Amino acid sequence: MAQRRFRRKTEHYFDYSLLFIILFMTGFGLVMIYSASAYDAALQMDNETYYLTHQAFAAVLGIVGMFVVSRIPYHFWEHFAVLGYGVSMLLILLVLTPLGIEANGARRWLNLGISVQPAEIAKLAMILFLSSMICKMGRNVRTGKGFWIILAMAMPHCLLVWRVTDNMSSAIIIFGIAFLMLFVATPDYKRFMLLGALAAVGGGLRIYVIARAATAEDSGFRVARILAWLDPEAYASGRGFQTLQALYAIGSGGIFGKGLGQSIQKLSYLPEQQNDMIFAIICEELGLFGGIAVILIFVLLIWRLMVIANNAADLFGALLVVGVMGHIAIQVILNIAVVTNTIPNTGISLPFISYGGSSVMFLLLEMGLVMSVARGIRLKDV
Amino acid sequence: MEKSRTFHRKKIVTVFFACTLLFAGLSLRVGWLMVFRSEHYMELADELHQRERRIKAKRGRIIDRTGQVLADNRTVCTISVVYSQITDPETVIRTLSEKLSLPEETVRKRVEKVSSIEKIRSNVPKELGDSIRACGLDGVKVDEDYKRYYPYGELASKVLGFTGGDNQGILALESRYEEVLAGTGGLILETTDARGVRLSREGESRQEPVDGEDLYISLDINIQQYATQLAEQVKKAKEAESVSVLVMRPDNGEILAMADVPEYSLNDPFTLTEEAASAAMTEKEKQEALNRMWRNACINDTYEPGSAFKIITAAAALEEGAVTEKDTFQCPGFITVEGRRIRCARVNGHGTETFVQGTMNSCNPVFVTVGLRLGAERFYRYFERFGLLGKTGIDVSGEASTIMHKAEDMGPVELATVSFGQSFQITPIQLAATVSSLINGGRRVTPHFAVKTGKGEALTDVGWQEGERILSEETSRRLRDILFEVVENGGGKNGKVEGYRVGGKTATSETLPRGTGRYISSFLGFAPAEDPKVLALCIIRNPQGVYYGGQVAAPVVRQLFENILPYLEETG
Repeated sequence: MAQRRFRRKTEHYFDYSLLFIILFMTGFGLVMIYSASAYDAALQMDNETYYLTHQAFAAVLGIVGMFVVSRIPYHFWEHFAVLGYGVSMLLILLVLTPLGIEANGARRWLNLGISVQPAEIAKLAMILFLSSMICKMGRNVRTGKGFWIILAMAMPHCLLVWRVTDNMSSAIIIFGIAFLMLFVATPDYKRFMLLGALAAVGGGLRIYVIARAATAEDSGFRVARILAWLDPEAYASGRGFQTLQALYAIGSGGIFGKGLGQSIQKLSYLPEQQNDMIFAIICEELGLFGGIAVILIFVLLIWRLMVIANNAADLFGALLVVGVMGHIAIQVILNIAVVTNTIPNTGISLPFISYGGSSVMFLLLEMGLVMSVARGIRLKDV
Repeated sequence: MEKSRTFHRKKIVTVFFACTLLFAGLSLRVGWLMVFRSEHYMELADELHQRERRIKAKRGRIIDRTGQVLADNRTVCTISVVYSQITDPETVIRTLSEKLSLPEETVRKRVEKVSSIEKIRSNVPKELGDSIRACGLDGVKVDEDYKRYYPYGELASKVLGFTGGDNQGILALESRYEEVLAGTGGLILETTDARGVRLSREGESRQEPVDGEDLYISLDINIQQYATQLAEQVKKAKEAESVSVLVMRPDNGEILAMADVPEYSLNDPFTLTEEAASAAMTEKEKQEALNRMWRNACINDTYEPGSAFKIITAAAALEEGAVTEKDTFQCPGFITVEGRRIRCARVNGHGTETFVQGTMNSCNPVFVTVGLRLGAERFYRYFERFGLLGKTGIDVSGEASTIMHKAEDMGPVELATVSFGQSFQITPIQLAATVSSLINGGRRVTPHFAVKTGKGEALTDVGWQEGERILSEETSRRLRDILFEVVENGGGKNGKVEGYRVGGKTATSETLPRGTGRYISSFLGFAPAEDPKVLALCIIRNPQGVYYGGQVAAPVVRQLFENILPYLEETG
């Protein structure tokens, strides 16, 4: 009796701000994809809405999926955690079979009716698997042994994504997600700061050595990439080309931009203009205000994710949301850092906005998961 | 549980703020790029996006005294290729090399070069350009522009000069009046996409060209044509190396004609004339031959003026009072100066003669005596005062300087030889301009061609200043009278024209080195003798057979005067 009265009083929480942010960003993404790609699409595909229609199709599919997933209690997925972990690993390996699709010189896609990037599936699977694993390990995760076990569990995917599909940026993101989830799951700070400091010093040292060694000819492609990062104008026609073209786009935007649709850099000057480099086109067309507004929307999104994670009914839900939050935050930060030449160039797309069907679809599914966690919040507790 | 949740929350908040911090950092980075680096990148981006296309200005025409156009413009085409627009490079290469008769390799190199626009060939005739355009090849651009065209071909070639591939003036008037004629080129700045296709939405910024101004010159095509014809005739008859005929107005310095045969084709100035060409020539030799062919001997070369210079010695002596018309001299056929024997043209001597007779006979001992009377210092002063040390300032580029002894090196022997026009060199235009100034009442004139510049009706006078006085009017008159006597009754009688009073002086000089039998025969005449309206100088270099100026050059001037004196009276 008491129980029933209590349940009736409990209302399901629904985060409308989050939904609005997601829909707005997906819609804004479609507008920018159309603006950035129409000219080249008309030239190459003879269809200026080619990229727009493909993306819109994936987005609609993703939104439907998101609502479906948001209705399913998230604990349902716990049963598939291990399965997902294994299957996603297999899918990455499947890229090597004839099912794999090669595009732009890299074999990263799978033909499963529609083309899918296993790396995107791996991110979602990793979030689910680690959430479940951390919950199962309970207090053991706080020990040094637990720390290394969790990190070790993330490594196979990272290595496969990096080595098999030659996609270092996705590997970094998967590792980053695991790192953040582990960070939230344990009360310790020292280990993480030590690991972080170690990575920073190691990276800094490597860059210093490369910068001193100077010449790009006798060194590998990663070295050349770092040299181009340090001085893109000196490698304008080679490694620094894309970065420099992005800087041209950003720089020529100025404070208020050229206006929607008025970018010149998108006219075959900037490679991947509707994809990894779309932020540069946003800056060129919408100016500093547009660029900052996009960053602010991502801050808002992450803020909503933080609120949901903090109020999640249980640790599993909280960790799921933290994983999604880490995924989006890392990807946005790395993307904008690459486009503005803050870090060396590596291919990372901007969540919700960049062109990429499987990326937007899986992001929306992740959002569905988050909404499902949000539904579990008992308002009384809030 | 509650305790553990607390640290989870704390950590989630930490993650959020860490991310927000990174976002803030990136916002600053974006702000820095878009505010402080904006100008730099915008400049670089514009450089990448914009393509410059030059529009040539129409070059001003050169128009003679009678209104005939001597240098005009003709529409020609420039053929260029836009790399990113070429769809079928092989056809483009084949078609262009065939139509333009260029080696296939040359065309291939330019077609395959990655650039926004590459010029294949300029100055292609309009019909050929039209036929290439008709082929409809992708990426081949046919732009029309102007090329210089000289309707009269070789006429006055050495006066007009010609233009180069970019329509820039190269020699003579075309070069000297480049600023007037050239105009200012226009510019089209257009924005393109990465393939080089112009973006219509961005529009173009256009700077219209300003066409050059027309140049109106004093040259008279009728006189020029006749002078050229006479020069060619005498060159052929005397098998001479070259013949110059110069006609100018002594009162204001305007040049009416300047022929210097052999002339060359202005429409094809880089091809050697048959006389100048020889079979096996290196590039360097060919260039030297071209330079020789383009030289205007009236302006670019100096020569020993010989007896015609006696006019100047006479003017100085008369002005200074060192001699009068009635002074008598003895000519035994030679005169000795400081032990050096200077011969007279007549070996037997002229005997006793007055100064006027001495001039009529062109007697060297008379002029040596007069020169010595003046003395080196005074003579040199007159030489300088008459403007002979400097250039005339004629408005054609490349005027040669006088080659003269230094004042301190002028001993009696040098003075003696200078007195009758030897041992120094001046340009023909210098001789004509100086004599003009001495006989026109005594004011130095600047020989020139340009009279007016401008477009359509709006013409501006070039504004030549009247020169300073170099001789008194009285001396000028006495000089004219003496020179009239020379033609009327003396050595220049072959220059006499029925019905007109002509003054003048003959000259014959052996070229350096002496003893090779190469002579320069010349005659300088002017009319009417009491108020000269026209002065003509004919110089024949290395004539065969008879080489005396009075017999070879004077008839040329006579024929010229017979025709142009009535003509000038008509046209004013």
